Amino acid sequence: MSDTSLVRLAGVSKGFVKGKDAITIFERLDLAIPQGDFVAVMGPSGSGKSTLLNLLGGIDRPDSGEIHIAGSRIDTLSEGQLSQWRAATIGFVFQFYNLMPMLTAAQNVELPLLLTRLGKAERRTHVETALKIVNLADRAKHYPREMSGGQQQRVAIARAIVSDPELLLCDEPTGDLDRASADEILGMLTILNRDLGKTIVMVTHDPAAARYASRTLHLDKGHFEEKELAA
Amino acid sequence: MNDFLLVRKNLFRKKLRAILMIVSILIAFAIFGVLAAFERAFNAGEDVSEADRLVVVNKINFTQPLPIAYFNRIAAVEGVRQVTFANWFGGYYQDPKNFVIVMAVEPETYLKVTGTDFAFTPEMTQAFVRNRTGTLVGRALAEKWGWKVGDRIPISSSIFSQKNGTHTWDVTIVGIFDKNKPQADTNLMFIQYPYFDETRSFGKDTIGWLVLKTASSAVNDQVIKTIDQMFANSSWETATDTEKAFNKAFVAQLGNIALIVTLVVGAAFVTILMIVGNTMVMAIRERTREIAVLKTLGFSGARVLRLVLGETLLLAVIGGTLGLGLATLATLLMRQSLSMFVPGLRMSPEIVLTAVGFMILLGLATGLVPALNAFRLKIVEAMGRG
Repeated sequence: MSDTSLVRLAGVSKGFVKGKDAITIFERLDLAIPQGDFVAVMGPSGSGKSTLLNLLGGIDRPDSGEIHIAGSRIDTLSEGQLSQWRAATIGFVFQFYNLMPMLTAAQNVELPLLLTRLGKAERRTHVETALKIVNLADRAKHYPREMSGGQQQRVAIARAIVSDPELLLCDEPTGDLDRASADEILGMLTILNRDLGKTIVMVTHDPAAARYASRTLHLDKGHFEEKELAA
Repeated sequence: MNDFLLVRKNLFRKKLRAILMIVSILIAFAIFGVLAAFERAFNAGEDVSEADRLVVVNKINFTQPLPIAYFNRIAAVEGVRQVTFANWFGGYYQDPKNFVIVMAVEPETYLKVTGTDFAFTPEMTQAFVRNRTGTLVGRALAEKWGWKVGDRIPISSSIFSQKNGTHTWDVTIVGIFDKNKPQADTNLMFIQYPYFDETRSFGKDTIGWLVLKTASSAVNDQVIKTIDQMFANSSWETATDTEKAFNKAFVAQLGNIALIVTLVVGAAFVTILMIVGNTMVMAIRERTREIAVLKTLGFSGARVLRLVLGETLLLAVIGGTLGLGLATLATLLMRQSLSMFVPGLRMSPEIVLTAVGFMILLGLATGLVPALNAFRLKIVEAMGRG
């Protein structure tokens, strides 16, 4: 485990109570992800992949242990501090895009920038840049309902990178797409990782998707098993 | 884009629902606006009341007469500065449906005692005093019938008749007066009591009520006590009160307008509160996942709470403003036709300010529950993950 890692989990335990049973998801889990890495997380249903992503994104808390991301220990932050930290540090990409249906593509991308101190003109420049990166500059004024699933996911990626976060968390980003669209999205994530240096953690069930990552972590019964995969 | 655009887009994402909610609020505020305008108009008499003016009426009720002899006796009471009297004429112009407020007044003293309400010029005062069949007409009434100074007009009474059997008195307009106070109404006219009293077939030497000015409002209680004691146990006992209390009691005979306004508006608002509140709770519940996404992106609970409250506030302000606009239009339309019965019917700044206060209250009350739900929303639970 390296202290220079962008993501560092130390002795993290997480469980939940179902009826009278206490169910453990992780027991003293350790993990280190260096800056610029592209990690795929795979594992059977219920293995804790999404819970791991929630912990990394600061939207869930561990029962014990420490979570350090980009120099901040986030498991001790308050809800308000976590909101600010997420806005500045994390970009999220969801399986079902989760765009606001009443906003245009540009407005959806602009949402995270409302949490910054950028002026209107600066925000517009950032949005245009993000949409150019995902090759959707010409669809800026289109509403989500006017776009295909692949295009919506590209808008979601633009939204995730518009505030230039250090870490992208992707939860089954291709789970709702056909193969061609999925490859397009995964290619885009690869570019973001390789050319823009974004650190990416991607949860997926799809081995083909995992092959785009530089390494794959298999999560099972609360433990990681690492596999190197060629892109 | 800014938070306001986000609020507006959220509010109108289901246009029909938003429009129906706006219409509901519009109706409530239209009812409030019209009823409040009536309530203010009915109580305008209280606003023009002077602290040092007292009214003396028959103790039985103010429709019963008093002897004219009381005029001099009351004028002699210590603390009384000026006294005048008037008699209700029950007037109409040409046709009984053309109701006109006509008062037969003591010409020399009445204009002095009530001079603070209306702008009587020295010329018109002199002309009225000198001309036995002269009449002073308020500006609004003169404009309504197109009367001008010098016109000789027949004014009829639905109560009194002349000794020759006719119900009509011919009077000449010697002046048209304006008001000194915004709440005063000029939809009325004055004729000379001596002319009226000498020609009427019954009720001679009786008057409707007396109005007096005291040396100061500090002596009001003493003067009231002295006058009522002076005529106690007589055939014509008096009830003396401040002008404000008298006007209030007069309005109270029409019913407790304030209570009616409160009950009707209260019922409308509670209904609207439940409809809009319930609809907003459902609307926010439908958007649970979107709110979770906003929070995931970094929107704080407080900011999400403000966005939801902003939505209900915007809804209340749009509906309320439209409703108030409709009420203003309605009062303008009714103003002319009801000018004789409800003079001064208008949408006052006080009503508008009260309505704005109600809009804010309604917005906050309807948004409170959904906003708190959004504030407390757990991202993990809302996203169905974990």
